[in-house]
Amino acid sequence: MERIPILQMGNFLLVTIQVDMHDQLALTLQDDLSERISRTSARGVLIDISALDMVDSFIGRMIGTISGLSKIMDAQTVLVGMQPAVAITLVELGLTLPGVSTALNVERGMKLLQDRVREQ
Amino acid sequence: MAALQTTTLNAMKTNQAQLLADWAHGLETSGATRNIKELDLKQQTSEFLQLIIAGLENGNSQNVAAPGWDEIRQFLEKLSHSRALLGQDSQQTASFIFALKGPLFALLQNHYQDDPALLAEQLWEASELLDALGMHTIRTFQKSREAVIKRQQEELLELSTPVVKLWDGVLALPMIGTLDSQRTQVVMESLLQRIVDTGSEIAIIDITGVPTVDTLVAQHLLKTVTAIRLMGADCIISGVRPQIAQTIVHLGLDLQGVVTKANLADALKLALTRLGITVSKAD
Amino acid sequence: MTVRSIGSQPIQIEQDVVLARQMARKLAQECGMRLIDLTKLVTAVSELARNTMVYGGGGDMDWQILDEDARTGLRLVFRDEGPGIPDIKLAMTDGWTSGSGLGLGLTGAKRLVEEFELDTEPGKGTRITITRWT
Repeated sequence: MERIPILQMGNFLLVTIQVDMHDQLALTLQDDLSERISRTSARGVLIDISALDMVDSFIGRMIGTISGLSKIMDAQTVLVGMQPAVAITLVELGLTLPGVSTALNVERGMKLLQDRVREQ
Repeated sequence: MAALQTTTLNAMKTNQAQLLADWAHGLETSGATRNIKELDLKQQTSEFLQLIIAGLENGNSQNVAAPGWDEIRQFLEKLSHSRALLGQDSQQTASFIFALKGPLFALLQNHYQDDPALLAEQLWEASELLDALGMHTIRTFQKSREAVIKRQQEELLELSTPVVKLWDGVLALPMIGTLDSQRTQVVMESLLQRIVDTGSEIAIIDITGVPTVDTLVAQHLLKTVTAIRLMGADCIISGVRPQIAQTIVHLGLDLQGVVTKANLADALKLALTRLGITVSKAD
Repeated sequence: MTVRSIGSQPIQIEQDVVLARQMARKLAQECGMRLIDLTKLVTAVSELARNTMVYGGGGDMDWQILDEDARTGLRLVFRDEGPGIPDIKLAMTDGWTSGSGLGLGLTGAKRLVEEFELDTEPGKGTRITITRWT
């Protein structure tokens, strides 16, 4: 079955979404990630969506769910690389992803995750 | 009303060369050929004449909106579009067609000199036809011009709203003048793009130079702040005048989570603190 | 207003939602739409195509490229022969959903386009027309 790869970098899990996802693929990613967090005791999840040219309410909900799930499992989630047009559209759509941390790019996101984990 | 007669059509066909020569001469004297290459003009006039003859052959001359005139209408649309781009005015563009009247009338006069009644009728028909085509040209010319103006307005909008870099990682957008919803939108979009391009973590929107905001503009501002956060950067709004603060409170807009500062200097100070930068006087 | 070109895209399975998005993107590019407007339109298409598939039991997306004065527009019609929407007012409320979504599909899509028309009859189906101009 088609899957989005999850990379492990030390304490963190890195997901780069590069394909135009259909709904099932998004749900699979959500399941895979929660399973990986629990198996690896990861402390942080970085989701890179810089290659996505559209985020609709379904993908938005998936991101919110992943963020919520990981929080319960003691991991931080940072969403990075959202394109301006995508951000404007999401706001217009009424989806502001409250509670989801964001960063401009992977590098900054990594730094944010490290700071957060250190703080704890 | 009678249509253009087959004899008229035939006369036009047999005297094409003469018509073209006289027409070209007429165009030149009217000044409608300015900026246009002679070769292009020659091609355009002969193509138009061909098309008008073809149009008369398969359609009636009283309704240029009929399908039989599709080709000639498309030709005129292309023509007026190119004229608009060359910077010609509507008069010059329309003269292209009206200058054909003289040579055509002369031809008809010559052809029907024995039958004044028929001559008058055919002149009237030819005149009506050319007027209708001329009107169509002006209409499409107007449209092309409007498109040009629209594009220029958009370019101006972008020019009138510079996003400046205040520090490494800090962008500022000084907004001046009355904000309408369209301008706010364009400005905000360019700010968001610059954030990505420069990798800036903090954006300051300074509204010191904005006299008033309405609901729509205030909402746009708030949406922009949210969009900037989604992209992973922070936004500070500075220079909120008392009247604008009152408007925002009065409108019941929720500024929760939006950082505001009295002026641009304070906003920059906060931005630098957040970036861990200290600025001090050199002794 | 003149129609430049027309076509249709079936929406039956999940993959078709992706295809509908890609088709809308390609058409919007053809119209010369700005990136922001294009993104808004494609997102609206995603919401509506998903509704057609999930709630309408599958259907079609018909498209038209329109020319009017100096502007070009893309008009999309999502139609299904599903159960229809019994309470339009309720369906057009932010946050309300009959399924498991966020309830932003219809209302969100409406905010993302310039023209939005909803035509539905319980038991007969639903037809949503959206248009975005350049």
